[in-house]
Amino acid sequence: MNTPSRRRVVSLTATLTAALVTTACGGGGASDRARTIARVVGPFEIHSLEPTASNGLFTRLEVADTVVSSDVEGTLAPGLATTWQPSADKLTWTFDLVDGARFHDGTPVDAPAVAASLTKTAADAASPLAGAPIAKIAAVGETLNISLSTPDPTLPALLTHYSAGILAPSSYDGAGRVTKVVGSGPFEVTELELPSSITTRRFTGYRGDQPTIEGVEFSVVGRAETRAVMAASGQADVVFGLEPAGRQRVDAADGVSMASALQPRTVLLKVNGAHPALKDVRVRRALSLMLDRDRIAEAVLREKDLAATQIFPPALATWNQPDLEPLTHDVDRARDLLTEAGYRPSADGKTLERDGKPLRLTLTTYPDRPELPPLATAIQEAARAIGITIDVAVGNSSEIPAKHADGTLELALLTKHFALVSDPFVSIAETFAAGGAEWGVMNWQDPALTTSLATVAQQPTGPAADAARHEVASVIQEQLPVVPVAWYRLNAAVSDRLGGFVIDPIEHSWRLSETTWVP
Amino acid sequence: MTTPSVPRTVRILTARLAQACGVALMVSVVCFLVVQQLPGDAAYRIAAGRYGADLVDSAAAQGVRQELGLDRPVWQQLGDWCADLFTLDLGRSLVTTRTVVDELGPALLATLQLAAAALLGAVLIGAALGTEAARRPGGIVDRMCAAWVAASRALPPFLLGIGLMVVLSGRAGWMSSAGGDGLAALVLPALTLAICLSGLFARIIRDAVIEVHQSAYVQFARTKGLPERVVIIRHTIRNALVAVVPYVGVQAVVLIEGVVVVESLFSWDGLGHALVHAVFWRDVPVLQGASLVLALLIVAINTGVDLAVAALDPRPRHAGVTA
Repeated sequence: MNTPSRRRVVSLTATLTAALVTTACGGGGASDRARTIARVVGPFEIHSLEPTASNGLFTRLEVADTVVSSDVEGTLAPGLATTWQPSADKLTWTFDLVDGARFHDGTPVDAPAVAASLTKTAADAASPLAGAPIAKIAAVGETLNISLSTPDPTLPALLTHYSAGILAPSSYDGAGRVTKVVGSGPFEVTELELPSSITTRRFTGYRGDQPTIEGVEFSVVGRAETRAVMAASGQADVVFGLEPAGRQRVDAADGVSMASALQPRTVLLKVNGAHPALKDVRVRRALSLMLDRDRIAEAVLREKDLAATQIFPPALATWNQPDLEPLTHDVDRARDLLTEAGYRPSADGKTLERDGKPLRLTLTTYPDRPELPPLATAIQEAARAIGITIDVAVGNSSEIPAKHADGTLELALLTKHFALVSDPFVSIAETFAAGGAEWGVMNWQDPALTTSLATVAQQPTGPAADAARHEVASVIQEQLPVVPVAWYRLNAAVSDRLGGFVIDPIEHSWRLSETTWVP
Repeated sequence: MTTPSVPRTVRILTARLAQACGVALMVSVVCFLVVQQLPGDAAYRIAAGRYGADLVDSAAAQGVRQELGLDRPVWQQLGDWCADLFTLDLGRSLVTTRTVVDELGPALLATLQLAAAALLGAVLIGAALGTEAARRPGGIVDRMCAAWVAASRALPPFLLGIGLMVVLSGRAGWMSSAGGDGLAALVLPALTLAICLSGLFARIIRDAVIEVHQSAYVQFARTKGLPERVVIIRHTIRNALVAVVPYVGVQAVVLIEGVVVVESLFSWDGLGHALVHAVFWRDVPVLQGASLVLALLIVAINTGVDLAVAALDPRPRHAGVTA
């Protein structure tokens, strides 16, 4: 009597297993796509087709071109414009557009189309172009003219930003909303699924050399653990956003290696310069001296070399000052400075206080960059060791500009990208602006620094500019209006099948059109 | 009273329809109020969702605030949403500006697909283990089944998912960890959920089968000489299902609520994924839409279970009839 039932159980289990294995094998990993489409995986979601809200994906995937481009060193390079120059009064910039460029729908990339696309971007408050003193963007014959209300030497650099990616007129609906992404880059979009994937193929009408790879499939994978498995097992050709544990997994795997470049990005503590404790430079210096940056960088970022010795990372070659005395770790000196500032141990000896008020600060940070909360915890522990109580509040990144605006921010841990547009001056001038910056200084200014920034703005090259940049870095090192914590390395796991992959530290483009399949 | 089965179905449907309307209204209002209580400024959060952390500043936030009318009084915003809901208009996502229907339609389909595959897998594994364990209560299979129940309940889906991914995808290379096409992408998340649910299914099926096996009508069926196969198909399965079907319903509800972790691990763009994003980015219309769909789905599942049980178990339950 046992037999029929047992057979049933066995056959059920067998059917289930067979079904699972069949479907599993049917899908395959990267192998069936090998040597045709490159599979790229990252955590960046595609929220919208609008260039400003696209997370830069359409320029990184080389679907949309910018008028001015930049190379891996961050130097300006021709994009849709071959040359550009300002007028004598520096109030009008003329851009000569490349000949023979076509959008993916076959229409020519002419001056009116470029002007129309840029005009839409400049009207979007979130684009860096919106902050430029642009009076008019117009097509004059075959050239693009941008008139300014005041001179702005950084305009070409602003045009490298992804929000200034140029789209064909057919991309927009009647209301000016982007309904499809029709660019002029070496790849055109074939499939797009918000928020998770974009597939492209080579654009046969591209004005330059045709890419070797036939196309790119970009998919969003939110969990770092999943991305690590995909990288290590060769299911993707390029994987961005790996955490230290994932990088170790990749290092141990065959057929894949890590590509990396120091980024012009610094993890820093934003300090409210009007806070009763933090307005005293001795307290800010104590905060800096209490940090054992080498150990923190090694423990959290798994790379000692990322410990910041000054605000500008080596990736910002013109701004980094090798001769500057590095920020150091000295707990005794930190304690002395706090004593000088009037802080004494409380009755229980655990915390410091002044006028009966404990030295207690709230540190706001966000989890978008996974290393920030652990870094905040490490800072909290370092502070506890010298008697400062830090409450860590991990929330949405937007809380930092919001708390800056209403003045309630005390400390914030954030990462600052100094080259969102290819000329770092734009971000640096904004970060240390005398009036404060939401992602920079707060209630702090220094006349010497402001003058030096103005010098660089007027004449960006030459000995005077070099001296001014040195002055900027020195003032920040002494005054610590923001406390540098660590530098940043952008990395990606790259399959050995894909040759010629180069990491662009400012992420203007992933440069996949320059890659080839390795036999 | 003369034809109890027809009114019973109608009664179930009417009651559930009324429930659905009530649930829809309540969920929307509660969702809206909860979002209003969340800390932080909604305009900044929505701007962060749209433009990314590196581009958020107060100018972008102010643009969002004006565009969406976030400075209007709360009651006015709620009133507008309720009025739109009445005309079946769920509005547009604040972050992507696509309609909520466009946003959630594919997500709902993806979640249903995942839940159905997981449930099927769990029932198959559970039924195989449960019926085998029920053959000899206390025997070796039964004890192994008990161990499976404990293990499958104790393992967090996240850990199990990573384990399966590392072994089946990373080491063996049988399937894609995330993404990929249709069925291939479904296997790992569905298997993870199926294993998690299978333990309790095995237990319930085992208990139900043992109870039915020991019942007088099965004993009688055997006594009258029916072969075991016929006893199982005609008597055991149907009667055991009366206990199992409502349980499947409960598990389906738990499943739909619990797919969030698994969806995010395997990058499965379902409702759970949409819901988490909506909370994070303060995308109130998507949040309300997703909660509404989830709530209505639960009402629909309960309705389905009621109807299935009514069909399986024809014994009338109406007090007037049984009395």
